[in-house]
Amino acid sequence: MKKIILTGVALSAALSFLAAQTKKPVAGSSVARGKKVYEQYCLTCHQVDGSGVPHLNPPLIKTTFVLGEKPALVQVILKGMQSSVPIDDEYYSNNMPPHNFLKDQEIADVLTYVRNNFGNKAGAVTAAEVKAIRAKN
Amino acid sequence: MKTRIALLGCLSVMTLLSVQSRANNGDSSVIRPMVADPANAGLKLPTGFKAQAIAENLGAARHIAVTPLGDVYVKIQTSKPGKAIAVIHGNEVKTFGTYRGTGMVIKGNYLYTSSDEEVYRYALNDKFEVINPDQPEKLVTGLINRHQHEAKALTLDNEGNIYVNIGAYSNSCQVQDRAKGSKGIEGCPIRDSAAGIWQFRADKQNQTYGDGTRYASGLRNVVGLDWNTADNQLFVMQHGRDGLFDMFPEYYNLQQGNELPAECMYALKKGDDAGWPYIYYDGEQHKKILAPEYGGDGKKKGGENAIDPAIAFPAHMAPNGLLFYTGNQFPAKYKNGAFVAFHGSWNRQKGQKGYFVAFVPFKDGKPTGKWEIFADDFAGVENIQSPGQAKHRPCGLAQGPDGSLYVTDDVKGTVYKITYGGK
Repeated sequence: MKKIILTGVALSAALSFLAAQTKKPVAGSSVARGKKVYEQYCLTCHQVDGSGVPHLNPPLIKTTFVLGEKPALVQVILKGMQSSVPIDDEYYSNNMPPHNFLKDQEIADVLTYVRNNFGNKAGAVTAAEVKAIRAKN
Repeated sequence: MKTRIALLGCLSVMTLLSVQSRANNGDSSVIRPMVADPANAGLKLPTGFKAQAIAENLGAARHIAVTPLGDVYVKIQTSKPGKAIAVIHGNEVKTFGTYRGTGMVIKGNYLYTSSDEEVYRYALNDKFEVINPDQPEKLVTGLINRHQHEAKALTLDNEGNIYVNIGAYSNSCQVQDRAKGSKGIEGCPIRDSAAGIWQFRADKQNQTYGDGTRYASGLRNVVGLDWNTADNQLFVMQHGRDGLFDMFPEYYNLQQGNELPAECMYALKKGDDAGWPYIYYDGEQHKKILAPEYGGDGKKKGGENAIDPAIAFPAHMAPNGLLFYTGNQFPAKYKNGAFVAFHGSWNRQKGQKGYFVAFVPFKDGKPTGKWEIFADDFAGVENIQSPGQAKHRPCGLAQGPDGSLYVTDDVKGTVYKITYGGK
């Protein structure tokens, strides 16, 4: 079973790499790396299609946070988010834990992926920007 | 029964000509005419059963109660003014009340409801209509609500007691909720005011924690609960914990994260402890396993003093409704058995599960056989990947005076009525 899963993971990684190569999206390699970070740390709650879970976990599709100013968005990754904070006038019941253990490059990659996926179109986030925002905390 | 079927047949021809009557409560709620629906409102049912949608677009329809005269009360999860409770009477929907919440039960001449912090009751007249919609009695107040697991689902026994779920505002009582590497708090303090079922009096106003009793503890979150009148005992469905694979990949692979822990039904006695957050129930090993936040590794057993479930279901399916069927309309095997509405999972990976109403046959207060899917296809999509794709999600259950089963959907606010017409 482990072998099958490993082969599957390797295959899908290879495929997503190829897809990223052929599509040549904005910051292509960052998006491809960001997809892997997303699948490991974000997908369970925010879902494979970024639609979240109604009333529990917020969607990542064209929300003010996702498309908005980069510092606020980077802080959500670094510090997490409490369920008492509304997102576009909706409350979501589950707390998001801090993901400050992710490296600057990983945060830049996953945010670039999210901001250019699920129907979103927003500027890439760089590791230097994450580093600067983290330094202010 | 045969006459009714024939009648329904005639009526269904008439519907072709009729137009859906619209509720006059100023929004898009729709009442369906009471006629047979050959498509069973999109549901897949056992042979001989029929379903129809008696109302649509009510909003996030949570728990439901049906009066002895067939009126239907639905708790709507909204804070919109005047929209907290929908009443379906014939071809008409009216709404009243302003508070979010889930609980909805009729017992005797009272309608009991809950917000996410309080429990109310409304006196009913001899037609089981709410006498004063604007002034319910506030029975319980000040229950903890920190957004997570906030629904104060409730039920009553036959001795004037009310049982209220107070869910844990946490996944597994970690120092930092849901954070990888964060340890479980020893002597979990959440259990003092939540993670259990509290018992209050059904006829006393303004009760709070000090007036009630922690009837059962160690229950992470309960939305579906019902009093089993056959053996005079409280039964609950627990929402099991999340994140075994996500937070502990060293002990659990993705497949194990998908299948653990079991969603459990518990038969409760006063003082019982189901073990949260220290243990979870593994439905494959049939054991109580020490939670990894408290030193577990997926194999170490724990919870010597915690009770075992009455029956265990697959993981993460989110049981939101529980009903013991006491009617005479359905075939004999359903009598005193349990229906469970599984809202549907979100934290499985590569395919979600649930989105159906299950049935468990019972005798003398114990399950007698395996559970089975009773009503399926609420989601309306094949191979559902995320809950946002579901067109409907079953939530509340109630039994009508004629023995029909009512099911709510909290995506669009459909109310289904399921009837048995024979083979």
